[in-house]
Amino acid sequence: MYGVYTLFYKEVLRFWKVAFQTVLAPVITALLYLMVFSHVLEGRVKVFEGVNYTSFLIPGLMMMSVIQNAFANSSSSLIQSKVTGNIVFLLLTPLSHFELFIGYVAAAVVRGFTVGAGVFLLAVFYAQVPVHSVSIVIGFAILSSGVLAVMGMIAGIWAEKYDQLAAFQNFIIMPLSFLSGVFYSIHSLPAFWQKLSHFNPFFYMIDGFRYGFFGQSDVAVEISFLVVVIALLVLSVLTLAVLKSGYKLRA
Amino acid sequence: MVANSAVSVDTLHKRFGTLHALKGIDFSIAQGEFFGLLGPNGAGKSTLINCLAGLVRPDAGRLSVMGHDVVTEYRRTRRLLGVVPQELVYDPFLQVREALQFQAGYFGLGKENDDWIEELLTTLNLADRATTNMRALSGGMKRRVLIGQALVHKPPVVVLDEPTAGVDVELRQALWRFIKRLHTEGHTIVLTTHYLEEAENLCERIAILDHGAAVALETKSELLARGICRSLHIFASHKIETLPDQLREKVQHINGHSMELRLRKDKDSIVSVLDTIRDAGIDIIDIQVEEDRLEDVFVQLVGEGGK
Ligand SMILES: Nc1ncnc2c1ncn2[C@@H]1O[C@H](COP(=O)(O)OP(=O)(O)OP(=O)(O)O)[C@@H](O)[C@H]1O
Ligand SMILES: [Mg+2]
Repeated sequence: MYGVYTLFYKEVLRFWKVAFQTVLAPVITALLYLMVFSHVLEGRVKVFEGVNYTSFLIPGLMMMSVIQNAFANSSSSLIQSKVTGNIVFLLLTPLSHFELFIGYVAAAVVRGFTVGAGVFLLAVFYAQVPVHSVSIVIGFAILSSGVLAVMGMIAGIWAEKYDQLAAFQNFIIMPLSFLSGVFYSIHSLPAFWQKLSHFNPFFYMIDGFRYGFFGQSDVAVEISFLVVVIALLVLSVLTLAVLKSGYKLRA
Repeated sequence: MVANSAVSVDTLHKRFGTLHALKGIDFSIAQGEFFGLLGPNGAGKSTLINCLAGLVRPDAGRLSVMGHDVVTEYRRTRRLLGVVPQELVYDPFLQVREALQFQAGYFGLGKENDDWIEELLTTLNLADRATTNMRALSGGMKRRVLIGQALVHKPPVVVLDEPTAGVDVELRQALWRFIKRLHTEGHTIVLTTHYLEEAENLCERIAILDHGAAVALETKSELLARGICRSLHIFASHKIETLPDQLREKVQHINGHSMELRLRKDKDSIVSVLDTIRDAGIDIIDIQVEEDRLEDVFVQLVGEGGK
Protein backbone atom coordinates (compact mmCIF):
# COMPACT_ATOMS: atom_id res chain seq x y z
CA MET A 1 0.00 0.00 0.00
CA TYR A 2 2.72 2.43 1.02
CA GLY A 3 4.47 1.72 -2.28
CA VAL A 4 1.47 2.89 -4.36
CA TYR A 5 0.99 5.84 -2.06
CA THR A 6 4.63 6.84 -2.63
CA LEU A 7 4.17 6.73 -6.39
CA PHE A 8 0.91 8.68 -6.15
CA TYR A 9 2.51 11.26 -3.87
CA LYS A 10 5.52 11.66 -6.14
CA GLU A 11 3.32 12.08 -9.19
CA VAL A 12 1.22 14.72 -7.43
CA LEU A 13 4.34 16.52 -6.24
CA ARG A 14 5.71 16.41 -9.76
CA PHE A 15 2.97 18.65 -11.10
CA TRP A 16 2.37 20.59 -7.91
CA LYS A 17 5.99 21.79 -7.74
CA VAL A 18 5.43 23.44 -11.11
CA ALA A 19 1.79 24.36 -10.47
CA PHE A 20 2.34 27.60 -12.32
CA GLN A 21 2.54 25.71 -15.62
CA THR A 22 0.46 22.67 -14.77
CA VAL A 23 -2.46 24.26 -12.93
CA LEU A 24 -2.47 28.02 -13.25
CA ALA A 25 -1.65 28.19 -16.97
CA PRO A 26 -4.53 25.93 -18.08
CA VAL A 27 -6.92 27.74 -15.74
CA ILE A 28 -6.00 31.05 -17.35
CA THR A 29 -6.33 29.58 -20.85
CA ALA A 30 -9.85 28.40 -19.99
CA LEU A 31 -10.75 31.83 -18.60
CA LEU A 32 -9.50 33.50 -21.78
CA TYR A 33 -11.73 31.21 -23.85
CA LEU A 34 -14.57 32.09 -21.53
CA MET A 35 -14.12 35.83 -21.95
CA VAL A 36 -13.63 35.76 -25.70
CA PHE A 37 -16.36 33.27 -26.58
CA SER A 38 -18.95 34.63 -24.18
CA HIS A 39 -18.30 38.14 -25.46
CA VAL A 40 -18.67 37.13 -29.08
CA LEU A 41 -21.41 34.53 -28.82
CA GLU A 42 -23.60 35.53 -25.89
CA GLY A 43 -27.17 35.84 -27.16
CA ARG A 44 -26.29 34.43 -30.58
CA VAL A 45 -26.13 30.74 -29.78
CA LYS A 46 -29.21 28.95 -28.55
CA VAL A 47 -28.45 26.50 -25.77
CA PHE A 48 -30.63 25.04 -23.00
CA GLU A 49 -33.95 26.61 -21.97
CA GLY A 50 -33.42 29.34 -19.44
CA VAL A 51 -29.61 29.06 -19.49
CA ASN A 52 -27.53 31.91 -20.87
CA TYR A 53 -24.59 31.11 -23.10
CA THR A 54 -21.86 32.19 -20.69
CA SER A 55 -23.17 29.97 -17.90
CA PHE A 56 -23.53 27.13 -20.39
CA LEU A 57 -19.97 27.58 -21.51
CA ILE A 58 -18.38 27.36 -18.05
CA PRO A 59 -18.95 23.63 -17.37
CA GLY A 60 -17.81 22.88 -20.92
CA LEU A 61 -14.55 24.72 -20.42
CA MET A 62 -14.09 23.12 -17.01
CA MET A 63 -14.50 19.66 -18.47
CA MET A 64 -12.22 20.47 -21.38
CA SER A 65 -9.52 21.52 -18.92
CA VAL A 66 -10.08 18.41 -16.81
CA ILE A 67 -9.77 16.20 -19.88
CA GLN A 68 -6.65 17.82 -21.27
CA ASN A 69 -4.80 18.03 -17.98
CA ALA A 70 -5.57 14.53 -16.75
CA PHE A 71 -4.26 13.26 -20.07
CA ALA A 72 -1.20 15.49 -19.95
CA ASN A 73 -0.24 14.39 -16.45
CA SER A 74 0.05 10.65 -16.90
CA SER A 75 1.30 10.79 -20.48
CA SER A 76 4.02 13.38 -19.92
CA SER A 77 5.25 11.76 -16.73
CA LEU A 78 5.57 8.38 -18.40
CA ILE A 79 7.28 9.60 -21.52
CA GLN A 80 9.69 11.70 -19.50
CA SER A 81 10.64 8.71 -17.37
CA LYS A 82 11.07 6.60 -20.47
CA VAL A 83 13.17 9.13 -22.35
CA THR A 84 15.43 9.90 -19.37
CA GLY A 85 15.53 6.22 -18.43
CA ASN A 86 14.57 6.76 -14.81
CA ILE A 87 11.52 4.55 -15.32
CA VAL A 88 13.88 1.74 -14.21
CA PHE A 89 13.60 2.99 -10.65
CA LEU A 90 9.94 1.94 -10.74
CA LEU A 91 10.47 -1.19 -12.78
CA LEU A 92 13.04 -2.50 -10.29
CA THR A 93 10.58 -2.32 -7.41
CA PRO A 94 8.01 -4.90 -6.30
CA LEU A 95 5.18 -2.60 -7.47
CA SER A 96 2.72 -4.66 -9.52
CA HIS A 97 1.22 -3.53 -12.81
CA PHE A 98 -1.99 -2.74 -10.92
CA GLU A 99 -0.15 -0.57 -8.41
CA LEU A 100 1.66 1.35 -11.16
CA PHE A 101 -1.70 1.89 -12.82
CA ILE A 102 -3.35 3.20 -9.65
CA GLY A 103 -0.44 5.49 -8.79
CA TYR A 104 -0.32 7.20 -12.19
CA VAL A 105 -4.07 7.38 -12.73
CA ALA A 106 -4.90 8.70 -9.26
CA ALA A 107 -2.34 11.50 -9.55
CA ALA A 108 -3.62 12.46 -12.99
CA VAL A 109 -7.18 12.56 -11.64
CA VAL A 110 -6.00 14.93 -8.92
CA ARG A 111 -4.44 17.18 -11.54
CA GLY A 112 -7.54 17.17 -13.75
CA PHE A 113 -9.76 17.81 -10.78
CA THR A 114 -7.56 20.62 -9.46
CA VAL A 115 -7.53 22.44 -12.78
CA GLY A 116 -11.29 21.99 -13.19
CA ALA A 117 -11.90 23.34 -9.70
CA GLY A 118 -9.56 26.25 -10.44
CA VAL A 119 -11.54 27.18 -13.53
CA PHE A 120 -14.78 27.01 -11.54
CA LEU A 121 -13.47 29.13 -8.66
CA LEU A 122 -12.45 31.95 -10.97
CA ALA A 123 -15.34 31.61 -13.43
CA VAL A 124 -17.98 32.19 -10.75
CA PHE A 125 -16.67 35.73 -10.44
CA TYR A 126 -17.43 36.20 -14.11
CA ALA A 127 -20.86 34.62 -14.44
CA GLN A 128 -23.42 32.82 -12.37
CA VAL A 129 -23.38 29.04 -12.55
CA PRO A 130 -26.10 27.07 -10.81
CA VAL A 131 -25.24 23.68 -9.35
CA HIS A 132 -28.05 21.20 -9.76
CA SER A 133 -26.25 18.24 -8.17
CA VAL A 134 -22.82 18.39 -6.55
CA SER A 135 -22.38 14.63 -6.62
CA ILE A 136 -23.07 14.41 -10.35
CA VAL A 137 -20.60 17.23 -11.01
CA ILE A 138 -17.89 15.63 -8.89
CA GLY A 139 -18.70 12.14 -10.13
CA PHE A 140 -18.35 13.12 -13.79
CA ALA A 141 -15.20 15.11 -13.09
CA ILE A 142 -13.54 12.12 -11.44
CA LEU A 143 -14.75 9.52 -13.93
CA SER A 144 -13.80 11.64 -16.93
CA SER A 145 -10.37 12.54 -15.64
CA GLY A 146 -9.97 8.83 -14.90
CA VAL A 147 -10.71 7.97 -18.54
CA LEU A 148 -8.22 10.56 -19.76
CA ALA A 149 -5.61 9.57 -17.20
CA VAL A 150 -5.82 6.02 -18.51
CA MET A 151 -5.63 7.22 -22.12
CA GLY A 152 -2.57 9.22 -21.08
CA MET A 153 -0.98 6.08 -19.74
CA ILE A 154 -1.59 4.25 -23.00
CA ALA A 155 -0.16 7.16 -24.99
CA GLY A 156 2.82 7.51 -22.65
CA ILE A 157 3.64 3.82 -22.85
CA TRP A 158 3.19 3.67 -26.60
CA ALA A 159 5.05 6.85 -27.56
CA GLU A 160 8.82 6.64 -27.82
CA LYS A 161 9.42 10.29 -28.56
CA TYR A 162 7.83 13.54 -27.51
CA ASP A 163 6.56 14.28 -31.00
CA GLN A 164 4.65 10.99 -31.10
CA LEU A 165 2.96 12.01 -27.88
CA ALA A 166 2.27 15.47 -29.28
CA ALA A 167 0.65 13.82 -32.32
CA PHE A 168 -1.59 11.76 -30.06
CA GLN A 169 -2.53 14.92 -28.21
CA ASN A 170 -3.07 17.10 -31.29
CA PHE A 171 -4.84 14.58 -33.53
CA ILE A 172 -6.93 12.69 -30.98
CA ILE A 173 -7.37 14.46 -27.67
CA MET A 174 -7.68 18.04 -28.89
CA PRO A 175 -10.18 17.47 -31.75
CA LEU A 176 -12.30 15.11 -29.66
CA SER A 177 -12.45 17.56 -26.79
CA PHE A 178 -13.13 20.61 -28.97
CA LEU A 179 -15.83 18.82 -30.97
CA SER A 180 -17.60 17.38 -27.99
CA GLY A 181 -19.93 20.26 -27.28
CA VAL A 182 -17.74 22.48 -25.14
CA PHE A 183 -18.90 25.56 -27.02
CA TYR A 184 -22.38 24.52 -28.18
CA SER A 185 -25.30 22.21 -27.56
CA ILE A 186 -25.19 19.50 -30.20
CA HIS A 187 -28.88 20.12 -30.87
CA SER A 188 -27.81 23.26 -32.68
CA LEU A 189 -25.75 21.14 -35.10
CA PRO A 190 -26.90 19.77 -38.48
CA ALA A 191 -28.27 16.20 -38.19
CA PHE A 192 -25.13 14.55 -39.56
CA TRP A 193 -22.83 16.23 -37.04
CA GLN A 194 -25.26 15.48 -34.25
CA LYS A 195 -25.09 11.80 -35.12
CA LEU A 196 -21.33 11.88 -35.35
CA SER A 197 -21.04 13.53 -31.95
CA HIS A 198 -22.72 10.53 -30.39
CA PHE A 199 -19.65 8.49 -31.29
CA ASN A 200 -17.40 10.86 -29.40
CA PRO A 201 -16.97 9.62 -25.83
CA PHE A 202 -15.94 13.10 -24.68
CA PHE A 203 -19.40 14.34 -25.64
CA TYR A 204 -20.93 12.21 -22.87
CA MET A 205 -18.43 13.49 -20.33
CA ILE A 206 -19.34 17.08 -21.03
CA ASP A 207 -23.04 16.44 -21.40
CA GLY A 208 -23.32 14.52 -18.14
CA PHE A 209 -21.15 17.07 -16.36
CA ARG A 210 -23.38 19.87 -17.60
CA TYR A 211 -26.42 18.01 -16.35
CA GLY A 212 -24.88 18.27 -12.89
CA PHE A 213 -25.02 22.05 -13.19
CA PHE A 214 -28.28 22.73 -15.07
CA GLY A 215 -30.37 19.60 -14.65
CA GLN A 216 -30.69 19.56 -18.45
CA SER A 217 -28.69 17.76 -21.08
CA ASP A 218 -28.62 16.67 -24.72
CA VAL A 219 -28.90 12.98 -23.84
CA ALA A 220 -30.16 11.34 -20.64
CA VAL A 221 -27.60 11.63 -17.86
CA GLU A 222 -27.87 7.88 -17.14
CA ILE A 223 -26.67 7.16 -20.65
CA SER A 224 -23.73 9.55 -20.31
CA PHE A 225 -22.84 7.96 -17.00
CA LEU A 226 -22.97 4.49 -18.51
CA VAL A 227 -20.84 5.46 -21.51
CA VAL A 228 -18.17 7.06 -19.32
CA VAL A 229 -18.08 4.15 -16.87
CA ILE A 230 -17.83 1.62 -19.69
CA ALA A 231 -15.08 3.65 -21.37
CA LEU A 232 -13.19 3.74 -18.08
CA LEU A 233 -13.55 0.01 -17.54
CA VAL A 234 -12.61 -1.00 -21.07
CA LEU A 235 -9.59 1.30 -21.22
CA SER A 236 -8.46 0.25 -17.75
CA VAL A 237 -8.60 -3.43 -18.61
CA LEU A 238 -6.65 -2.72 -21.79
CA THR A 239 -4.02 -0.65 -19.97
CA LEU A 240 -3.60 -3.23 -17.23
CA ALA A 241 -3.04 -5.90 -19.86
CA VAL A 242 -0.49 -3.69 -21.62
CA LEU A 243 1.31 -2.99 -18.34
CA LYS A 244 1.30 -6.63 -17.38
CA SER A 245 2.75 -7.67 -20.73
CA GLY A 246 5.64 -5.26 -20.24
CA TYR A 247 4.97 -3.79 -23.71
CA LYS A 248 7.58 -1.07 -24.45
CA LEU A 249 8.59 -0.93 -20.78
CA ARG A 250 10.39 -4.21 -20.23
CA ALA A 251 12.46 -5.26 -23.27
CA MET B 1 21.97 -26.47 -5.24
CA VAL B 2 19.21 -24.08 -6.23
CA ALA B 3 17.85 -23.97 -2.70
CA ASN B 4 20.84 -22.30 -1.10
CA SER B 5 22.13 -20.38 -4.08
CA ALA B 6 21.74 -16.62 -4.16
CA VAL B 7 21.25 -16.52 -7.91
CA SER B 8 20.56 -19.35 -10.26
CA VAL B 9 20.37 -19.08 -14.02
CA ASP B 10 19.07 -22.02 -16.00
CA THR B 11 19.36 -22.25 -19.82
CA LEU B 12 18.55 -18.60 -20.26
CA HIS B 13 17.84 -17.41 -23.79
CA LYS B 14 17.14 -13.90 -24.98
CA ARG B 15 16.74 -12.65 -28.53
CA PHE B 16 16.43 -9.07 -29.67
CA GLY B 17 14.94 -9.52 -33.11
CA THR B 18 17.49 -11.58 -34.99
CA LEU B 19 20.23 -11.01 -32.42
CA HIS B 20 20.66 -13.96 -30.09
CA ALA B 21 21.88 -11.95 -27.09
CA LEU B 22 21.93 -14.80 -24.55
CA LYS B 23 22.46 -18.32 -25.84
CA GLY B 24 21.47 -20.66 -23.05
CA ILE B 25 23.34 -19.31 -20.04
CA ASP B 26 23.63 -21.65 -17.04
CA PHE B 27 25.24 -20.95 -13.70
CA SER B 28 24.54 -20.34 -10.08
CA ILE B 29 26.04 -18.07 -7.48
CA ALA B 30 26.33 -19.18 -3.87
CA GLN B 31 25.11 -17.01 -1.03
CA GLY B 32 27.83 -14.71 0.22
CA GLU B 33 29.90 -15.14 -2.92
CA PHE B 34 31.71 -12.30 -4.71
CA PHE B 35 30.97 -13.09 -8.33
CA GLY B 36 32.42 -11.39 -11.39
CA LEU B 37 30.60 -11.23 -14.72
CA LEU B 38 33.10 -10.28 -17.38
CA GLY B 39 33.07 -10.00 -21.14
CA PRO B 40 33.65 -7.55 -23.97
CA ASN B 41 31.15 -4.87 -25.01
CA GLY B 42 27.94 -6.39 -26.22
CA ALA B 43 28.66 -9.80 -24.68
CA GLY B 44 25.29 -9.84 -22.93
CA LYS B 45 26.27 -8.98 -19.33
CA SER B 46 23.73 -6.22 -18.88
CA THR B 47 21.06 -8.23 -20.63
CA LEU B 48 21.63 -11.05 -18.16
CA ILE B 49 21.49 -8.68 -15.19
CA ASN B 50 18.37 -7.03 -16.58
CA CYS B 51 16.69 -10.42 -16.93
CA LEU B 52 17.43 -11.00 -13.27
CA ALA B 53 16.03 -7.60 -12.34
CA GLY B 54 12.91 -8.03 -14.47
CA LEU B 55 13.82 -5.20 -16.84
CA VAL B 56 14.23 -7.65 -19.71
CA ARG B 57 11.90 -10.60 -20.27
CA PRO B 58 13.72 -13.83 -21.08
CA ASP B 59 12.54 -15.88 -24.08
CA ALA B 60 13.34 -19.20 -22.42
CA GLY B 61 14.95 -20.50 -19.28
CA ARG B 62 14.54 -19.82 -15.61
CA LEU B 63 16.12 -17.38 -13.20
CA SER B 64 15.82 -17.39 -9.47
CA VAL B 65 17.04 -15.28 -6.57
CA MET B 66 17.42 -17.01 -3.20
CA GLY B 67 15.33 -19.83 -4.62
CA HIS B 68 12.46 -17.65 -5.84
CA ASP B 69 11.51 -17.42 -9.48
CA VAL B 70 12.03 -13.91 -10.86
CA VAL B 71 8.94 -14.07 -13.08
CA THR B 72 6.31 -15.75 -10.94
CA GLU B 73 7.58 -14.41 -7.61
CA TYR B 74 8.85 -11.06 -8.80
CA ARG B 75 7.65 -9.19 -5.73
CA ARG B 76 9.81 -11.41 -3.58
CA THR B 77 12.89 -11.39 -5.80
CA ARG B 78 12.89 -7.62 -6.32
CA ARG B 79 13.07 -7.15 -2.57
CA LEU B 80 16.01 -9.53 -2.45
CA LEU B 81 17.89 -7.76 -5.25
CA GLY B 82 19.60 -4.40 -5.29
CA VAL B 83 20.55 -3.47 -8.83
CA VAL B 84 22.86 -0.63 -9.83
CA PRO B 85 22.10 -0.06 -13.52
CA GLN B 86 24.88 0.60 -15.99
CA GLU B 87 23.29 3.75 -17.41
CA LEU B 88 23.69 6.87 -15.33
CA VAL B 89 19.98 7.54 -14.91
CA TYR B 90 18.38 9.91 -12.42
CA ASP B 91 15.18 11.81 -11.80
CA PRO B 92 15.94 15.50 -12.45
CA PHE B 93 12.94 16.41 -10.36
CA LEU B 94 14.40 15.08 -7.09
CA GLN B 95 17.08 16.00 -4.61
CA VAL B 96 19.57 13.39 -3.44
CA ARG B 97 17.86 12.48 -0.18
CA GLU B 98 14.43 12.53 -1.85
CA ALA B 99 15.69 10.13 -4.52
CA LEU B 100 16.62 7.67 -1.78
CA GLN B 101 13.43 8.22 0.21
CA PHE B 102 11.14 7.77 -2.78
CA GLN B 103 13.01 4.66 -3.84
CA ALA B 104 12.58 3.23 -0.33
CA GLY B 105 8.92 4.24 -0.47
CA TYR B 106 8.35 2.17 -3.61
CA PHE B 107 9.54 -0.80 -1.57
CA GLY B 108 6.97 0.07 1.08
CA LEU B 109 9.50 1.58 3.48
CA GLY B 110 8.68 4.85 5.18
CA LYS B 111 10.07 6.89 8.05
CA GLU B 112 11.38 3.81 9.83
CA ASN B 113 13.97 3.55 7.05
CA ASP B 114 15.26 7.13 7.40
CA ASP B 115 18.17 6.18 9.67
CA TRP B 116 19.43 3.77 7.07
CA ILE B 117 19.12 6.44 4.39
CA GLU B 118 21.20 8.85 6.49
CA GLU B 119 23.78 6.10 6.95
CA LEU B 120 23.89 5.49 3.21
CA LEU B 121 24.32 9.21 2.57
CA THR B 122 27.25 9.31 4.99
CA THR B 123 28.89 6.13 3.74
CA LEU B 124 28.59 7.18 0.13
CA ASN B 125 29.97 10.60 0.99
CA LEU B 126 26.80 12.35 -0.08
CA ALA B 127 25.75 13.81 3.27
CA ASP B 128 26.69 17.37 2.30
CA ARG B 129 24.81 16.94 -0.98
CA ALA B 130 21.60 15.60 0.53
CA THR B 131 19.55 18.59 -0.56
CA THR B 132 21.26 19.13 -3.91
CA ASN B 133 19.16 18.55 -6.99
CA MET B 134 20.17 15.41 -8.87
CA ARG B 135 20.75 17.51 -11.99
CA ALA B 136 23.49 19.46 -10.24
CA LEU B 137 25.61 16.44 -9.33
CA SER B 138 28.74 15.33 -11.13
CA GLY B 139 28.74 11.96 -12.88
CA GLY B 140 30.57 10.21 -10.04
CA MET B 141 28.14 11.58 -7.48
CA LYS B 142 25.18 10.44 -9.57
CA ARG B 143 26.77 7.01 -9.65
CA ARG B 144 26.94 7.00 -5.86
CA VAL B 145 23.28 7.93 -5.60
CA LEU B 146 22.48 5.03 -7.93
CA ILE B 147 24.34 2.73 -5.56
CA GLY B 148 22.45 4.19 -2.63
CA GLN B 149 19.13 3.68 -4.41
CA ALA B 150 20.01 0.04 -4.99
CA LEU B 151 20.63 -0.44 -1.28
CA VAL B 152 17.71 1.45 0.28
CA HIS B 153 15.80 -1.73 1.00
CA LYS B 154 18.83 -3.62 2.36
CA PRO B 155 18.85 -6.37 -0.26
CA PRO B 156 20.94 -9.48 0.46
CA VAL B 157 22.01 -9.74 -3.20
CA VAL B 158 23.67 -6.69 -4.75
CA VAL B 159 24.23 -6.51 -8.49
CA LEU B 160 26.50 -3.79 -9.83
CA ASP B 161 26.67 -3.23 -13.57
CA GLU B 162 29.96 -1.40 -14.16
CA PRO B 163 29.81 0.72 -11.03
CA THR B 164 33.25 2.19 -11.65
CA ALA B 165 32.82 3.25 -15.28
CA GLY B 166 33.95 6.84 -15.60
CA VAL B 167 34.80 7.17 -11.93
CA ASP B 168 38.07 8.73 -10.75
CA VAL B 169 40.77 6.72 -8.95
CA GLU B 170 40.00 7.96 -5.47
CA LEU B 171 36.29 7.34 -5.73
CA ARG B 172 36.86 3.98 -7.35
CA GLN B 173 38.94 2.88 -4.39
CA ALA B 174 36.32 4.21 -1.99
CA LEU B 175 33.65 2.29 -3.88
CA TRP B 176 35.68 -0.89 -3.68
CA ARG B 177 36.15 -0.50 0.05
CA PHE B 178 32.41 -0.03 0.37
CA ILE B 179 31.55 -3.02 -1.79
CA LYS B 180 34.08 -5.16 0.09
CA ARG B 181 32.41 -4.11 3.30
CA LEU B 182 29.02 -5.14 1.95
CA HIS B 183 30.56 -8.47 1.07
CA THR B 184 32.08 -9.05 4.50
CA GLU B 185 28.73 -8.11 6.03
CA GLY B 186 27.32 -11.12 4.19
CA HIS B 187 25.90 -9.68 0.99
CA THR B 188 26.22 -11.65 -2.19
CA ILE B 189 27.88 -9.42 -4.76
CA VAL B 190 27.57 -9.72 -8.53
CA LEU B 191 29.79 -7.35 -10.41
CA THR B 192 30.55 -6.46 -13.99
CA THR B 193 33.56 -4.37 -14.86
CA HIS B 194 35.98 -3.78 -17.68
CA TYR B 195 38.80 -3.12 -15.19
CA LEU B 196 40.11 -6.65 -15.01
CA GLU B 197 42.59 -5.99 -12.23
CA GLU B 198 39.60 -5.04 -10.09
CA ALA B 199 37.87 -8.30 -10.85
CA GLU B 200 41.12 -10.12 -10.15
CA ASN B 201 41.47 -8.47 -6.75
CA LEU B 202 37.88 -8.81 -5.66
CA CYS B 203 36.02 -11.68 -7.24
CA GLU B 204 36.09 -15.23 -5.93
CA ARG B 205 34.44 -16.74 -8.97
CA ILE B 206 34.18 -15.40 -12.47
CA ALA B 207 32.05 -16.02 -15.53
CA ILE B 208 33.23 -14.72 -18.86
CA LEU B 209 30.57 -14.09 -21.48
CA ASP B 210 31.26 -13.63 -25.14
CA HIS B 211 28.62 -13.19 -27.82
CA GLY B 212 25.91 -14.36 -25.45
CA ALA B 213 27.63 -17.58 -24.35
CA ALA B 214 29.69 -18.37 -21.28
CA VAL B 215 33.27 -19.09 -22.37
CA ALA B 216 34.50 -19.62 -18.80
CA LEU B 217 32.94 -20.19 -15.42
CA GLU B 218 35.33 -21.01 -12.61
CA THR B 219 37.09 -19.76 -9.53
CA LYS B 220 39.61 -17.03 -10.02
CA SER B 221 42.59 -19.32 -9.37
CA GLU B 222 41.36 -21.91 -11.86
CA LEU B 223 40.89 -19.16 -14.39
CA LEU B 224 44.36 -17.73 -13.77
CA ALA B 225 45.85 -21.21 -14.11
CA ARG B 226 44.44 -21.28 -17.64
CA GLY B 227 47.01 -18.72 -18.66
CA ILE B 228 49.32 -20.50 -21.06
CA CYS B 229 52.10 -17.94 -21.08
CA ARG B 230 54.37 -16.09 -18.73
CA SER B 231 56.87 -13.32 -19.12
CA LEU B 232 60.55 -13.67 -18.32
CA HIS B 233 62.52 -10.48 -17.73
CA ILE B 234 66.30 -10.74 -18.09
CA PHE B 235 68.74 -8.16 -16.75
CA ALA B 236 72.32 -8.46 -18.08
CA SER B 237 75.60 -6.89 -17.01
CA HIS B 238 76.29 -5.70 -20.58
CA LYS B 239 74.22 -4.27 -23.32
CA ILE B 240 72.35 -7.11 -25.05
CA GLU B 241 73.47 -7.17 -28.70
CA THR B 242 73.28 -10.68 -30.13
CA LEU B 243 70.56 -13.21 -29.60
CA PRO B 244 70.50 -16.96 -30.10
CA ASP B 245 68.27 -17.86 -33.10
CA GLN B 246 65.99 -20.21 -31.19
CA LEU B 247 64.99 -17.37 -28.81
CA ARG B 248 64.49 -14.66 -31.38
CA GLU B 249 60.72 -15.18 -31.82
CA LYS B 250 60.10 -15.29 -28.07
CA VAL B 251 61.62 -11.89 -27.42
CA GLN B 252 59.05 -9.17 -26.87
CA HIS B 253 61.51 -6.29 -26.68
CA ILE B 254 65.09 -5.46 -25.83
CA ASN B 255 65.94 -2.35 -23.94
CA GLY B 256 69.69 -1.92 -23.43
CA HIS B 257 70.65 -4.18 -20.55
CA SER B 258 67.29 -5.86 -20.25
CA MET B 259 64.84 -7.83 -22.35
CA GLU B 260 61.47 -9.52 -22.01
CA LEU B 261 60.58 -12.96 -23.35
CA ARG B 262 57.14 -14.56 -23.64
CA LEU B 263 57.27 -18.23 -22.74
CA ARG B 264 54.67 -20.98 -23.09
CA LYS B 265 54.14 -22.65 -19.74
CA ASP B 266 53.62 -26.05 -21.36
CA LYS B 267 56.55 -26.01 -23.80
CA ASP B 268 59.30 -23.67 -22.69
CA SER B 269 61.36 -24.55 -19.66
CA ILE B 270 62.77 -21.50 -17.93
CA VAL B 271 65.93 -23.35 -16.99
CA SER B 272 66.79 -24.31 -20.56
CA VAL B 273 65.94 -20.83 -21.83
CA LEU B 274 68.34 -19.38 -19.25
CA ASP B 275 71.01 -21.86 -20.31
CA THR B 276 70.61 -20.85 -23.95
CA ILE B 277 70.99 -17.18 -23.02
CA ARG B 278 74.10 -17.84 -20.96
CA ASP B 279 75.57 -19.95 -23.78
CA ALA B 280 75.11 -16.98 -26.10
CA GLY B 281 77.52 -15.07 -23.88
CA ILE B 282 74.99 -12.91 -22.08
CA ASP B 283 75.89 -12.40 -18.44
CA ILE B 284 72.64 -12.60 -16.45
CA ILE B 285 72.59 -10.63 -13.24
CA ASP B 286 68.90 -10.84 -12.43
CA ILE B 287 65.68 -12.44 -13.66
CA GLN B 288 62.04 -11.83 -12.97
CA VAL B 289 59.13 -14.10 -13.86
CA GLU B 290 55.70 -12.65 -14.32
CA GLU B 291 52.71 -14.98 -14.43
CA ASP B 292 49.82 -14.06 -16.73
CA ARG B 293 47.17 -11.91 -15.15
CA LEU B 294 43.42 -12.14 -15.56
CA GLU B 295 43.65 -9.64 -18.37
CA ASP B 296 45.90 -11.94 -20.41
CA VAL B 297 43.68 -14.95 -19.79
CA PHE B 298 40.68 -12.85 -20.75
CA VAL B 299 42.21 -11.84 -24.05
CA GLN B 300 43.20 -15.44 -24.69
CA LEU B 301 39.63 -16.68 -24.06
CA VAL B 302 37.72 -13.95 -25.76
CA GLY B 303 40.20 -13.28 -28.54
CA GLU B 304 40.53 -9.97 -30.31
CA GLY B 305 37.02 -9.08 -31.32
CA GLY B 306 35.81 -12.64 -30.79
CA LYS B 307 35.55 -15.54 -33.18
N1 LIG C 1 16.81 -3.42 -25.73
C1 LIG C 1 17.60 -3.93 -26.67
N2 LIG C 1 17.16 -4.01 -27.94
C2 LIG C 1 17.93 -4.54 -28.89
N3 LIG C 1 19.16 -5.01 -28.71
C3 LIG C 1 19.66 -4.97 -27.47
C4 LIG C 1 18.91 -4.42 -26.38
N4 LIG C 1 19.66 -4.50 -25.28
C5 LIG C 1 20.82 -5.07 -25.64
N5 LIG C 1 20.83 -5.34 -26.95
C6 LIG C 1 21.93 -5.99 -27.70
O1 LIG C 1 22.26 -7.17 -27.00
C7 LIG C 1 23.66 -7.37 -26.99
C8 LIG C 1 24.17 -7.49 -25.57
O2 LIG C 1 24.07 -6.22 -24.95
P1 LIG C 1 24.47 -5.97 -23.45
O3 LIG C 1 24.07 -4.60 -23.11
O4 LIG C 1 23.90 -7.07 -22.62
O5 LIG C 1 26.05 -6.10 -23.50
P2 LIG C 1 27.09 -5.90 -22.30
O6 LIG C 1 27.82 -7.19 -22.17
O7 LIG C 1 26.43 -5.35 -21.12
O8 LIG C 1 28.06 -4.82 -22.96
P3 LIG C 1 28.82 -3.56 -22.29
O9 LIG C 1 30.07 -4.07 -21.74
O10 LIG C 1 29.06 -2.68 -23.46
O11 LIG C 1 27.92 -2.96 -21.28
C9 LIG C 1 24.25 -6.18 -27.75
O12 LIG C 1 24.52 -6.59 -29.08
C10 LIG C 1 23.18 -5.15 -27.73
O13 LIG C 1 23.23 -4.33 -28.86
MG1 LIG D 1 26.52 -3.65 -20.10
